[in-house]
Amino acid sequence: MTQPLIEIRSAPHVKGPRSVEMIMRHVVWSLLPICAFYIFQYGISALASIVVVTATCLLAERAFVRTGTQAGRLADFSAVITGVLLALTLPPGFPLWMGAVAGLVAIALGKALFGGIGFNVFNPALVGRAFVQAAFPTSIATYTPSFLAGRFTEFIPSSLALPLMTPAGTADWLQSKNLDALAGATPLAKWKFDGVVANAIELLTSLSGHIAVGPAPALILLCGVYLAVRRFMDWRIPIAVLGSAALTAWLLYAFDAARYPNPFFMLFSGGLILGAVYMATDMVTSPVTPRGMWVYGALIGLLTVVIRYYSGLPEGVMYAILIANAASPLIEKITQPVTFGRGAPGRSREGSPGYVSRTDANAAIPKKRFLRNKPKK
Amino acid sequence: MKFLNYFRGETFARGIHPPQHKETATMPIRRLPFAPRLIVHLSQQVGRPARPLVRVGQEVVRGQPIAAAEGFISVPHHAPASGVVEAIRLHPTANGPWGEAIVIRVHPGSTQEVLWEQPQYLPALDADELIEAVQDTGIVGLGGGVFPTHAKLKVPKQWPVDTLVVNGCECEPYLTSDHRIMVEHPADIIAGIAIVRQLLGGPRAIIGIEDNKPDAVEAIRACLPDDGSVSVEAVPTKYPQGAGEMLIKTLVGREVPPDSRSYQIGAYVQNVATLAHMGALMPQGRGFIERVITVVGTAVERPGNYLVPIGTPLRFLLEYVGARDESLEVVFGGPMMGQAVASLDTPVTKGVSGILVFRGRDVAERAERKTYPCIKCGECVECCPMGLNPSTLGMLAAKREYELMSEKYFLGTCFECGSCSYVCPANIPLVQQFRVAKRILREKAVA
Repeated sequence: MTQPLIEIRSAPHVKGPRSVEMIMRHVVWSLLPICAFYIFQYGISALASIVVVTATCLLAERAFVRTGTQAGRLADFSAVITGVLLALTLPPGFPLWMGAVAGLVAIALGKALFGGIGFNVFNPALVGRAFVQAAFPTSIATYTPSFLAGRFTEFIPSSLALPLMTPAGTADWLQSKNLDALAGATPLAKWKFDGVVANAIELLTSLSGHIAVGPAPALILLCGVYLAVRRFMDWRIPIAVLGSAALTAWLLYAFDAARYPNPFFMLFSGGLILGAVYMATDMVTSPVTPRGMWVYGALIGLLTVVIRYYSGLPEGVMYAILIANAASPLIEKITQPVTFGRGAPGRSREGSPGYVSRTDANAAIPKKRFLRNKPKK
Repeated sequence: MKFLNYFRGETFARGIHPPQHKETATMPIRRLPFAPRLIVHLSQQVGRPARPLVRVGQEVVRGQPIAAAEGFISVPHHAPASGVVEAIRLHPTANGPWGEAIVIRVHPGSTQEVLWEQPQYLPALDADELIEAVQDTGIVGLGGGVFPTHAKLKVPKQWPVDTLVVNGCECEPYLTSDHRIMVEHPADIIAGIAIVRQLLGGPRAIIGIEDNKPDAVEAIRACLPDDGSVSVEAVPTKYPQGAGEMLIKTLVGREVPPDSRSYQIGAYVQNVATLAHMGALMPQGRGFIERVITVVGTAVERPGNYLVPIGTPLRFLLEYVGARDESLEVVFGGPMMGQAVASLDTPVTKGVSGILVFRGRDVAERAERKTYPCIKCGECVECCPMGLNPSTLGMLAAKREYELMSEKYFLGTCFECGSCSYVCPANIPLVQQFRVAKRILREKAVA
């Protein structure tokens, strides 16, 4: 027998099938139907926005990985997720050059600054969005109605603004489509400034008329269910976010129905569903402990409703998630799992329905069920 | 509604489900012939090495004691075959450092017959005599712990044991040696249980077998004594069900507190293979000279469950089962916790329950996978059977904060089952880092 080469590795000698790339790839796949629906709503402007923002994110990621300032690599799909999510949170007619700025900032300040994948404190997509919200407050508040005629052949005029130039207003353009300027307001803005509460079912499907909303919450929830079932996303966080937002909104609604909208409007308007399913569940910026996930999600839901009701902004999901991101290391610290043998005494199986060994009745069983019998002195 | 079991707490929390690969489960136990030379290490157990009783050149017969226990936490060793003591010299071990071993040149005509025994009537013995009788067989914990069985049987009087948990889980993928023992030698297991019950004052005994081995459950159920003192339970198949603490949690519903022994909560765990050997050897007063080992893996042409004499060199065994390739990974034990062996001259020792032989190219893929920084997905937290936070521990290990790991994150509780490393999508060597950290802490504590 010839002497074979002996390889030595430390146990375990088998490895599970999941990898970072695989998780990220599935998240990207699950985002594709949402993108398709978004493009169906807003036409080529939406398509251009998604392509430009994602491409900028990938270029920025490439540059930072190349220069060695951050870990990870292009093929891990994390920059794609950042880009697509960022594009989905921007208005469809957002000037493309501003979208590129948002993408660059998302990767540079949101990710590379901290050291790349795994090290970022804040969700990179939301960092990018927060930056453009501060830098271009008018453009980011300018929505256009969905399902306009000719959306697949014609850009929304503001999309094609030249870099560093003020984008063209959309009011005249809407006039030419026989729609008034108010049609471009989001349901949340309408509620905040005019007190009009939209129908929750219409919001859920996004299909009725020319309402200015993002992708359908129903579709996002469906994609989220896919991710949760395949365990590419933690199911606890979206449930905690939506549960706590609904509970807070319902309590306030029950307190004063005239002043506060119904909880369903709160759930399905704005970016709450997208935020709960795709933003809050970002693995890197959410707590790692199961109990911590509940706390973190609940915090986001509560903050969202509070910001929406009591601040000058119509939308609060972004800031709620960013604040919870910052709190997540602290949440993790106070929600460490209970180590085996250190928790409350376990329940004895005796008497429980599945207990098979009934023959034990004959054997002498001392009546002690809990930890540490007292030693006989 | 098996699914509901997890909510009823009928098994331990968390854990993983790796592919089982129990292809050898249906293969009967076969005898491996004697190798031309058998190498019996003096230290195959936890505790002090044994003291040789033979001189170089001395003739020994199969079953004869060739090394005596040195103190209480030690076991004697017996000649696995008839032959001549060729040398007493250093030899490679699975753990790395070389250890002193007795090399026996086997007579070409050595038979399988055991030529040295001291039959005894066990029920007549008192506790101390019985423990001595266990020690004389040289049995150690065959589940992988290799702690001398007689020393484990010496439970302090102030801790009454009410349940003897018999561990027939064999939760490691690939391994089927315990499975075959349960199917083929259930009576020996029952006899072994009787001995342990006699020693512990007659507690009830529950045999826990993972529900992927229904034939083993049936075989043992057919042999149960009529008085109902021993029962069999099928437990959910989940890694690491075969860890003592986990099985106690599953069968008895109690958790062993940290830094405690299981008898302090009234439970006592023993592996089925250990009990089967006690039941088979002790009435005859024979020594422990051969054991069942599952030899399997991608490089093995003739996998199976072999009855291997202790001291068989790996090279001989691999040749017999037809394992050859340009590069091999040879593992003593299971794939999750087993020890990779560096030299083919390493002999089989008492604690080896399986030998896995993988072709180098099959394991290369895993080795070449990229390691990412922790993405905090929480997979490890959701699989750690001990309820630790491997994610945080891993980050602390990278920063060499070993004291903090031990004080605030209970590193000492980790029993290195490897679940965290198995699931980690970022391919971080978590349990490997913990092993290093524990080792460094131990050395610091000694210094």
